[in-house]
Amino acid sequence: MAIDLEQFKGIFFEESFEGLDAMESGLLEMNEGGTDLETVNTIFRAAHSIKGGSGTFGLGPITSFTHIMEGLLDEMREGKREATPEIINVLLESVDVLRELMTAFQNNEAPDVSHMEDLQKQLAAIRDSAAVSSAEPAQDSDSQDADESDEKETTVEGWNISFHPHEGLLKTGNDPALILRELGELGEITVEADDSHLPPLADMDPEACYLSWEIYLKGAIEQEQITEIFEWVEDDCDLELTPVYPARNKDDRRDEDRRVATSDDRRQENRRQEARRPNDKAPSKPATTIRVGTDRIDAIIDMVGELVITQSMLSQLGEDFDMSKLERLRDGLEELERNSRDLQENIMRIRMQPISFAFNRFPRVVHDLSQKLGKKIRLELVGEETEMDKTVMEKINDPLVHLVRNCLDHGLELPEDRIAAGKDDEGYVRLKAFHQGGNIVVEVSDDGRGLSRERILNKAIEKGLVKETDVLTDEAVFMLLFEAGFSTAEQLSDISGRGVGLDVVRRNIESLGGGVEVQSRFGEGSTFTIRLPLTLAVLDGQLFRIGGDTYVLPLASIVESLQINRDLLGGVGNDAEVYRLREEYIPIVRLSDIFSTGEHIDNLENALLVVVEWGEKHIGLLVDELLGQQQVVIKSLETNYERVKGISGATILGDGTVSLILDISGLVEISYSIRDAMKPRLAAVNGKSMA
Amino acid sequence: MSKVMIVDDMASMRKMVTFTLESEGHEVIEADDGDVALDLAKKENGINLVITDVNMPNMDGITLTGELRKLPAFKFTPILLLTTEGAKEKKMQGKAAGATGWLVKPFDPDKLLATAKKVLR
Repeated sequence: MAIDLEQFKGIFFEESFEGLDAMESGLLEMNEGGTDLETVNTIFRAAHSIKGGSGTFGLGPITSFTHIMEGLLDEMREGKREATPEIINVLLESVDVLRELMTAFQNNEAPDVSHMEDLQKQLAAIRDSAAVSSAEPAQDSDSQDADESDEKETTVEGWNISFHPHEGLLKTGNDPALILRELGELGEITVEADDSHLPPLADMDPEACYLSWEIYLKGAIEQEQITEIFEWVEDDCDLELTPVYPARNKDDRRDEDRRVATSDDRRQENRRQEARRPNDKAPSKPATTIRVGTDRIDAIIDMVGELVITQSMLSQLGEDFDMSKLERLRDGLEELERNSRDLQENIMRIRMQPISFAFNRFPRVVHDLSQKLGKKIRLELVGEETEMDKTVMEKINDPLVHLVRNCLDHGLELPEDRIAAGKDDEGYVRLKAFHQGGNIVVEVSDDGRGLSRERILNKAIEKGLVKETDVLTDEAVFMLLFEAGFSTAEQLSDISGRGVGLDVVRRNIESLGGGVEVQSRFGEGSTFTIRLPLTLAVLDGQLFRIGGDTYVLPLASIVESLQINRDLLGGVGNDAEVYRLREEYIPIVRLSDIFSTGEHIDNLENALLVVVEWGEKHIGLLVDELLGQQQVVIKSLETNYERVKGISGATILGDGTVSLILDISGLVEISYSIRDAMKPRLAAVNGKSMA
Repeated sequence: MSKVMIVDDMASMRKMVTFTLESEGHEVIEADDGDVALDLAKKENGINLVITDVNMPNMDGITLTGELRKLPAFKFTPILLLTTEGAKEKKMQGKAAGATGWLVKPFDPDKLLATAKKVLR
């Protein structure tokens, strides 16, 4: 039977990750002392389901790992084992290990099992330690199996089966007729019914079974094949199996009339089943899925309906159009615009998910870290229902974790320090999400010690990021935290200083078209604010021309556009040009060189310069002509073609032509490499304050 | 062909069972816990086979089995429990509640079809 279950793998992974999240929050709840049975049951069910599914898909390590977890959890829910903080911590770590394994399998990578094996040992140690319940006598029946297989050397000729159902057998939905039918499939059967126990009609319970059967089954049939058929009714009947051997072998058999009671041979059956692994076909990465409420789908279907109506109205109008119908055409086109805008908005909403998906991991993070750091920390989540694009959410996960860890590690003080500072010994970290214009804002704030302007400034001077003579506002000083290579922690802790600093956080957020800022009051706490576009699928773009082609720049990155005034041009070396804009020298990037249009403008007088943000700095892009601004739908270049440096994607314009969307940091790199090829780059060009 | 009800809180499991049974021409209805299944059982006619997971929120499979057996239409309907190997205690509890038999996880489509054939007339 070629039934391909591979297509269900995606759902399984998705469900399992949800299950792991549920386990995690359940375990955290238990840790706070609330061990109610339903919580334990939920955790148990998640482990159980993951185990069941992983077996189907041949994910052996997950199956064996969850098996041990399941055993422990089962003891806990039966009240045989107490949920100590140690056990909960090991189980929490197990959740992490499962996540890792699951992710590896999902990406078709070989899982790193070292961590798992380590934890598996810990779990087994706990299980074997103060086990209140007696261990399952699993070994016993194994040795029995071995004995039996030794004896089964002589082939049987047939079996005498005596089948006496109890009166209640029918009430479990089992049917002797079906059992006999199944026996008949093993070999030729001779059946004799015994109706001697039938009561008089008046006393008969129509739902009871009064008949019994003597069956002779002919053929060299294994005993397990027969017991398997009777497996479900072994407690609802008296069953005797007697092997019948060929006559000439009779003397050899000492225990010829060995009567075998319905023995439990399930273990053998199970072993056979285990051997039959699901087909390990060429693995393909399962498609990621998203859950969408049916109301959203319904809304879209409604809108498609309206669109179809508008379309048919317009095509009718087009059949015999004359100028008298111009007004109606205009109305129709307006309607069409409205329809497509609504449709666009609603389709974008499909990708929207509540930020609680990203927030949910933080109870765990805070739990683990507050233990590790010896701090008392309360986590507050605000605006969990705020929705954002799934892709954006996946990408801000790491920056968020980084910021929260940072707050816990550096921001919040130890309980004694807090008391000394006149604060409550318990500090808080608050994650707050809300919408603001076309953006989503996520704040990470704490009531810890706040940022020290002096310490940051001293460090920045020491690192050569600023000069002692520079006059900086508080905000500007705090933003230095996000500079590459800046870290105030005297020693790198394994909590926040994992070799990546806040500069990585900023870069990640900026690559999503967002920004990050920080406010802080010394002694009172800090707030990190992340601002992100609602979606990555649509972009407000500025169209412009270079040579014969139209390109798009993200509108949000443009600071201003200007015509070059010759007097403000400066040159450093032959090709490295800078433009003086107010107090800043801005490197000029000639896009015509990067895109090799073949036109080199010698006279920059009156040429158009688009000033864009490049991290903290500014860059001037030399363009031939500025065109309109419009919303563009971003198409991935990677999926449709391949990754190209300096290009973040493509879009299709109204007239059907394809236009490339520029990626500023990529362009800057290319422009430097072009320059490097001609002449060694002068470091000064890179700096922003050249005065 | 027959009408089968699959009860499981894991959508992946339900989908696999449904897919497998439908490939053999059976009609399948799905329920994601015992409560839903019991409601469906009262509404739907002619269910020939119930396959239910044991561990589910709201109402577990064993309670569901007991409740189904109280309904006249389900007095003799085969009810199979989805269990993991070696869960002897669960199997016995299930039998006591009126379950016909069990299907052992991990899910194996061939095994499911063979078992369905075994209990369907």
